[in-house]
Amino acid sequence: MLDQSRAPILEALEKMKIDRLVPFDVPGHKHGKGNPDLTRFLGEQCLMVDVNSMKMLDNLCHPVSVIKEAEDIAAEAFGAAHAYFMVGGTTSAVQSMVLSVCKRGDKIILPRNVHRSVINIMILCGAIPVYVNPDMNHVLGIALGMRLSEVEKAIAENPDAKAVLVNNPTYYGICSNLKGITDLAHAHGMKVLVDEAHGTQFYFDRDLPITAMEAGADMAAVSMHKSGGSLTQSSFLLIGPKMSEGHVRQIINITQTTSGSYLLMSSLDISRRNLALHGQEVFDKVKDMVEYARREINLIGDYYAYSKELVNGDSVYDFDITKLSVNTLPVGLAGIEVYDLLRDEYDIQTEFGDLGNVLAYVSVGDRPRDIERLVSALAEIRRLYKRDSSSLMTAEYINPRVLYSPQDAFYSDKQALPIEQCENAVCAEFVMCYPPGIPILAPGELITRDILDYIVYAKEKGCSMTGPEDMMLGKLNVMKGIRSAAHSGLENRA
Amino acid sequence: MELWFTENHTENVKFSIQIDRQLYSSQSDFQRIDIFLSNEFGRFLTLDGYMMLTEKDEFIYHEMMVHVPMAVHPTVRRVLVIGGGDGGTARELIRYQTIEQIDVVEIDEEVVSACKQHLRQTACGFDDERIHLYYEDGLKYVRRYEDVYDLILVDSTDPFGPGEGLFTKEFYGNCFKALKSDGIMVNQHESPFYPNDAMAMQRAHKRIVNSFPISKVYQAHIPTYPSGHWLFGFASKQYHPLSNHDADRWKAFGIQTRYYNEQLHRGAFALPNYVEEMLEKVER
Repeated sequence: MLDQSRAPILEALEKMKIDRLVPFDVPGHKHGKGNPDLTRFLGEQCLMVDVNSMKMLDNLCHPVSVIKEAEDIAAEAFGAAHAYFMVGGTTSAVQSMVLSVCKRGDKIILPRNVHRSVINIMILCGAIPVYVNPDMNHVLGIALGMRLSEVEKAIAENPDAKAVLVNNPTYYGICSNLKGITDLAHAHGMKVLVDEAHGTQFYFDRDLPITAMEAGADMAAVSMHKSGGSLTQSSFLLIGPKMSEGHVRQIINITQTTSGSYLLMSSLDISRRNLALHGQEVFDKVKDMVEYARREINLIGDYYAYSKELVNGDSVYDFDITKLSVNTLPVGLAGIEVYDLLRDEYDIQTEFGDLGNVLAYVSVGDRPRDIERLVSALAEIRRLYKRDSSSLMTAEYINPRVLYSPQDAFYSDKQALPIEQCENAVCAEFVMCYPPGIPILAPGELITRDILDYIVYAKEKGCSMTGPEDMMLGKLNVMKGIRSAAHSGLENRA
Repeated sequence: MELWFTENHTENVKFSIQIDRQLYSSQSDFQRIDIFLSNEFGRFLTLDGYMMLTEKDEFIYHEMMVHVPMAVHPTVRRVLVIGGGDGGTARELIRYQTIEQIDVVEIDEEVVSACKQHLRQTACGFDDERIHLYYEDGLKYVRRYEDVYDLILVDSTDPFGPGEGLFTKEFYGNCFKALKSDGIMVNQHESPFYPNDAMAMQRAHKRIVNSFPISKVYQAHIPTYPSGHWLFGFASKQYHPLSNHDADRWKAFGIQTRYYNEQLHRGAFALPNYVEEMLEKVER
């Protein structure tokens, strides 16, 4: 048992400050003295510890002393064989997972509602996505988890796949049957990668859904900076006992900076210590606030703040009750419209709004009176803006038809076509409805009429469409000279 | 030995009162509560170090908050006071025999108990069977009511700390909903003088203008508040504070006041040019 009250990186930085080291190394601001404006803005304390790797502080690319110690303590806190401090966001943790188990041409089984980072990395490494149809809740307009039977089917159809990737939970708090999927994948010799960008709290609260490490998964990307309280861009990558620590470190070092920020690393160290010591108490408070908010919001009328009643034993195997997702459709407003009203009219910034839902991120930093404001503002929006809801569209799951690997499509000869002329062409780039950043189209996929209609509607409702080279999305890059499914690469090969 | 209470009115301006002794001090779930005894101002209450009221000048604030709307609305039966844990607003209200029910919603029970113990001058306002005290967040309380109140008095602290929710658009909107079709809302409206107070004042005015068809501002001179120049908001669904002002009807109540009178009612709505300009800026 390691001592969770320790924070080796923090301790080393404190010691460095006392030693009053004379810096003849980078960064050039030299403890802030060389950049007074920045020091005034961020504070001397902060600039003082914005330092480079050195003997007493270890080196993130090759940890042997304090970073290694901090990683060992973190690993124990998360029940992992090893934990890596990540400074390039959970994006970098997710991408390191894929790169660790897939090479060019390898298949990976995953739900469509993955984060964009997963598909982006497939452009680099040449892996081929096998999408599992996520179940949909059509009333709420949200994608749920993967059914175990659907994963089973994907595995049977693609016995050569190298890995299965699972969201635990989704942005909305939906969990798949992680243990069942993990056991199934392992029985077929596949690795299990878990995107736990929204699941840090599971590791520190006994009443929340199962964690990737408990379920026996091989790797997990944990966004400590979301519910864990560390600085933006800091994250943990966890591995199970079957993974090679050295191999994963090599993979991380391919894309991670060699100048790891000690601000980010110390924030991970301190936040891990806080959650290891006080996590249960912290998340008990969050759960109380969210449960209260859910009750009050459901009393307003029309709004639906959902919770465990969605659990169906399969595609909603469990629900993360720290998430406050509210369906707005019965009010006659799209979630993104409520999101905009909250921000523009009531000075309340929520995490995101999609076509049917708005999600408020509640953490230990919130106060009960802020919850009252959110609830009251929602009540006011209903009183002032409620309208007929029959014209509203919800997110539909559009089964992607993957004709080429993302890498082949992205690097193919491309042409930019006006969007209305793109039907039946093959997309060579991303189209994402942001947030939450789940792809509508990925490179290598057939562009259908349904998809084009959805893009037009979501744009009209005020969703921002990100990804394409043409940021206004007037034109789309498509694969040159390929017009319909008849010419499909992967499908013909299969 | 000299003991002084000091409040920073701005970063560069201090306001100090010499203290005889401290009568009460406690950290509640919401704020730090102190009651002091002074020679000049008698007893006074501070929350988180900010002056709330003194025995010497509280009559100005409480009379202006209550009697102005009472001289406009012809039939006030049910009143909601948000905040007002010291009892001063309630004290002025219970002088009207025609009022049937007064609901006081104070977030911090400890403020009420401290005032009942040490500030009888205002807390005596709670000694009336028409008063119903609720200890909860005003924003939450008012959300549940529709078409119920004739008058809502927002007797709040400043727009930071526990009272910040009472300066929001959602709160004013919820008050509009809780009022009857001819209801009036009067609120503590901060000061136009120092820039930070003036900004809060403008923000509040903008939000009230957006929520109510009639939204006017009136002033009073309150020596112990920053700059001494203080404003109140008069927001109404139907009655205009001047054209519907009925001085004779109000005089018939036979209420003795030390600050408020019928000429002052009309004069209080005449604002300095610089204040009018600040208000116009956010009305557009």
